[in-house]
Parts: sequence; C-alpha cells; structure tokens
Amino acid sequence: MPPPPPIVRIRDVSKSYQRGSQTLPVLQHIDLDIAEGAFLALMGPSGSGKTTLLNLIAGIDKADSGSITVGSRDIMTLSETDLAAWRSTSVGFIFQFYNLIPVLNARENVELPLLLTGLSRKERREHAELALQVVNLADRMDHYPSELSGGQQQRVAIARAVVTDPLMLVADEPTGDLDRISAKDILDLISRLNAELGKTIIMVTHDPRAAERAHSIRNLDKGILNNAPD
Amino acid sequence: MLLIKLLLRNAFRHRLRTALTILGISIAILAFGLLRTVVSAWYSGVEASSASRLVTRNAISLVFMLPSSYRDKIRQIEGVKTVSWGNWFGGIYIDEKNFFPNFAVDPKTYLELYPEYLLSPDEKTAFLHDRKGCMVGRLTARKYGWKPGDTVTLKGTIFPGNWDFVVSGIYRGRDKGTDESQFFFHWEYLNEAMKKTAPQRAEQIGFFILGIKNPDQAAEVAGAIDRSFKNSISETITETEKAFQMGFVSMTEAIVIAIQLVSFVVIVIIMAVVANTMAMAARERTNEYVVFKTLGFGSHHLAGLIFGESFVITLTGCAIGILATFPAAKAFGDAMSTFLPVFFVSPRTVYLDVLASVIVATCAAIIPAVRVVHIGIAEGLRKVA
Repeated sequence: MPPPPPIVRIRDVSKSYQRGSQTLPVLQHIDLDIAEGAFLALMGPSGSGKTTLLNLIAGIDKADSGSITVGSRDIMTLSETDLAAWRSTSVGFIFQFYNLIPVLNARENVELPLLLTGLSRKERREHAELALQVVNLADRMDHYPSELSGGQQQRVAIARAVVTDPLMLVADEPTGDLDRISAKDILDLISRLNAELGKTIIMVTHDPRAAERAHSIRNLDKGILNNAPD
Repeated sequence: MLLIKLLLRNAFRHRLRTALTILGISIAILAFGLLRTVVSAWYSGVEASSASRLVTRNAISLVFMLPSSYRDKIRQIEGVKTVSWGNWFGGIYIDEKNFFPNFAVDPKTYLELYPEYLLSPDEKTAFLHDRKGCMVGRLTARKYGWKPGDTVTLKGTIFPGNWDFVVSGIYRGRDKGTDESQFFFHWEYLNEAMKKTAPQRAEQIGFFILGIKNPDQAAEVAGAIDRSFKNSISETITETEKAFQMGFVSMTEAIVIAIQLVSFVVIVIIMAVVANTMAMAARERTNEYVVFKTLGFGSHHLAGLIFGESFVITLTGCAIGILATFPAAKAFGDAMSTFLPVFFVSPRTVYLDVLASVIVATCAAIIPAVRVVHIGIAEGLRKVA
C-alpha cells in the first residue's frame, strides 16, 4: 500500500534575518514531508532554526524562498488576511508559556478561536466544554488562568488548540515551563490526541524525553535539517 | 459578545490606572462643560435676541440720548410695526455690589415686543396701570426676597436721587435663555421726574426698540430710519437686536476667546493622558494581541479591541463629567448670577462634551492600534519568549 500523501510538503525553503547590515541565514534549503497523522519532533540547539521552521509551517512567518504546502494549499502564496483565515481553521497552537488571556476563564479562552467560525453562541459554548472535557478540565472551566496550575493552563491551551479541529497541531516547547510530572501529563495528552484523534503534531523541543514520544525526530543544526529521519 | 466582554475587562484590568484616567477625563469634561457654559452665558443676550426687532440709538455712542420726538418719525417709516423705547437707568439697590440691569421702558409697547417675558394677567394689568410699578425678573426677585406689592428703592446714579417703586409683577422667561435678572419700570415715571428736577434731561430716550413687519427687510428698514435722521442734531444707528447685543459681547471678545482656548487646551491635555494610558495598556498586552493574531484574528479585531477599550474608558469619564456638570453649573451660576444671569448647561454643550470625548478616544487609540496591527507574529512571539 502506497504511503499517504504528506500533509506538509516543504521544498527548498530558506529563511534569513536581517540584523543591521548583516544577513543571518536561519534556515537553508529545507526539504521536509510530514505525513497526515504523524507526530514529529524537531530538535536542535538554540538558534538552530527549529522555531523558525515551525513558524513557517504554521503560517506565522514567511520564508524567503521555496514552497510550503499544507494540505492542498501553498501557504507561501497567501495574503496576510488569507493566511490568518487559514490559520484559524487549519492550525492549532500550543506555546511554551500557554499564552492564555488572563481576563477570560478557561471556557472563554477555549471559545476564542470559535469566534471566527459561524457557530452560534450556544454551539461555541458546547464545543469549548467538549474540548475541556477532552483535556480533563471540565471541572475547571470557570476558573481563570491565575487560578490554575501551569499544567492545567497548558491543558486549557491544548483545548484551545484542538477546539476548531485543525489539520495539525504545532507545539513550541510545550513542556518547557512545566515540572516533570506536569510535563509527563501534557506529553500523555498530546500523544493521546495523536493516537486517538489522529491529529498531526509537529513539536519543537529541547527535551529528549518529550522527543521520545514522537514517531519521528528531525534535527536541525545551523539551519540545516538532517537528511534522514531518525 | 465575548470580545465586548474582553474589552470591558481589559478596560478595568489595571483598576487604579483606569480609575485615575476616568477621574482625569471626568474633571476635564466638567471643566470643558463649565467653560463652554460660560461662553454660552456670555452670548445669551445675542442668542435670545429676535430677528424681528431692531435697535436704534445715537450714532455717536449709547451714552448720548435721542429726542423723544424721533418716536413718531420712526413710526411712520415703512416696515416698522411697533415702536418702544427705554433708558438705561443704572440704579443701585442698597449697595453697589447688588447689581442687576434696570431700565425705564414704555411698558405697553415693550411687553408687546418682548412676549418672552411672562407675567400673569393680574400682574400685567397692575404693571401697566401703576406709574410707579415695576416688573422684576424671577432671579432678582428671589435673590432679594421681593414679592408683588413690595416697595423697592433704587438709588439713581445716572439720574440722581432715591427712586421708589412698587413691585407689580415678577416675570419669568418663556425660554431657558431669557434673562430673568432685569428690572423694568415706567419711562414716564422717569420722564415726569426729570421734567421737574432736570428739564434739560426730559424727553430724552436712550434707545428705541422696533418691531418690524418682515425680518427679511431689516436692513432696508434700518437704512431708511438712519437716512431719515441724517444730518440732524442726533444721527442714529439702527441695527438688528442681535448685532446690538454683539456690540456688547465684542467689547469683551478677548476674554471669550481666552476661555474658549482654555476649554480646548483642557481637551488636548486629557487626550495626551488617555493616549498614554492606551499606549501603556497596549504595550503590556502585546503578547496577547500576538496570540490573537496567531489564532487568526484580523487587524480589525485587534483595532476594535483597542479602540473599544479607549471608548469605554473615555465615555465612562465623559458620562461622569457630564453628570457632574449640572450641579457644578447650578452652583457656579448661582454664585455668578449678578454677572451671568442666564447660566445653564445647554444640550449643545452636552453634545460638545460627547464629541470631544469621541475625538479623545479615537485619537488616543490610533497609535497603539497601528503598532499592534503592524507587529509581526513571529517577532511578537519571540518577545514573549
């Protein structure tokens, strides 16, 4: 049986940053395919370009050259407005520092991405509550971020990431700000989302224990991606 | 709905800062409202003037009189319907500080020309039939505790002596802008006294008030009157009542301009304060706005949040400021009733308050909104990390 077509297809992508008069290459001629339902860990030392690559895949940064196709769309050709609309339906984000809105409670934080959909208020509420049940926080939905532990906040962030049922989840150091036990819980949850719901997950991490959960690990070093998957 | 909830919560997230900003806006709106009310009070005479009334006075100056014989000549001029007349009396009640405008007028014609002075039929009859009767505005009557039937003595300054009057009626204004501080008595009473004590000052009139048939022909009628007295011993100037009143206001125009300028400066200062509050708030929440962008929210959503927050803060301050303006204006007006007898917060002042607040809220939010809209997501997330 032929392998399924990749959900993410990156070809010859390069990216550099301008620092004063200097041009700093961050990614150089990256080629990468990520299959639907994959769980990929991107590793590498600080400054290797892994977060930049994740940002390019998630459509929150623009490459200098090359092409990035997610699903059937070449996201390099999309305008800022179209890219924002695409992100709202196709990508779920999990950040290192959770990035919840402090003045909204857990349910309201999860409901936020649904404001960009055509769902009614009641439907949005139901979806948000369901997503919080998935991350085992149904009993904390009226709590504000300041009333939740780091691990619980990250679970709210994961519920927010999955509530729109996106094509893929991108996670940037999702356990980087957590203690060991909370980190394990979060990794268990991410693995479950991949295994049970079939979510494609691309995770940037420094932590080898986190990377072990992935199906495949790719290493970046000085903007160059290792050719062979681990 | 959630976004409205968010902007409301954002507005009051930093409670002390928001409270101080709202307090500042309230005080600024209060000051702006009071200053605008002072300006309106200054122009109240102009505003209350009628387009169908003309004023004829001596061409040299208001202090020079006109012969009473002009009255009949003016009556014959085409377009003139009613002729009334009067003198500035300049009387003092007990002490110089007790100032109120007092005039000797021809009661019948004067009341015909000024229907905005409302008297009860009995009071009107009493005033018309008692040569020593006087008609006093409600404000002045209340201030000195006068009631119909009381005897009031004014000390003449232009016309020396003690002048006794009987209060025939207390008028109230038909409109809010009608001056209720004036004191009117019979010109005949003054004239008869002058005939006895200073005959050379008898049959002299300070100004004529003319009712005209067609306000559109005011210029033609005024021209005809002045032409008919050209090269006479007392040439005249005839102008609309509004222009006549403006002549008084223009003498103090510099003060009015200064007050207006200060009222706008107050708004500019508060604009800077609100802009600072909004800039600080937006800078503190840059990471949140970046998260919104990441989730797919567009520039209009972010700008809406910032402008919305600015409007919530500013309009809250505006509402408090407007509510505070009414009692403050009442207290100010009572204290200044001698100089500014018509002092009330007009709907126009309230509209200007709201307009100023909308301008402040909009201007204060522009720079933070532009910054947030233009920040790159990757750049913003790097700052968060």
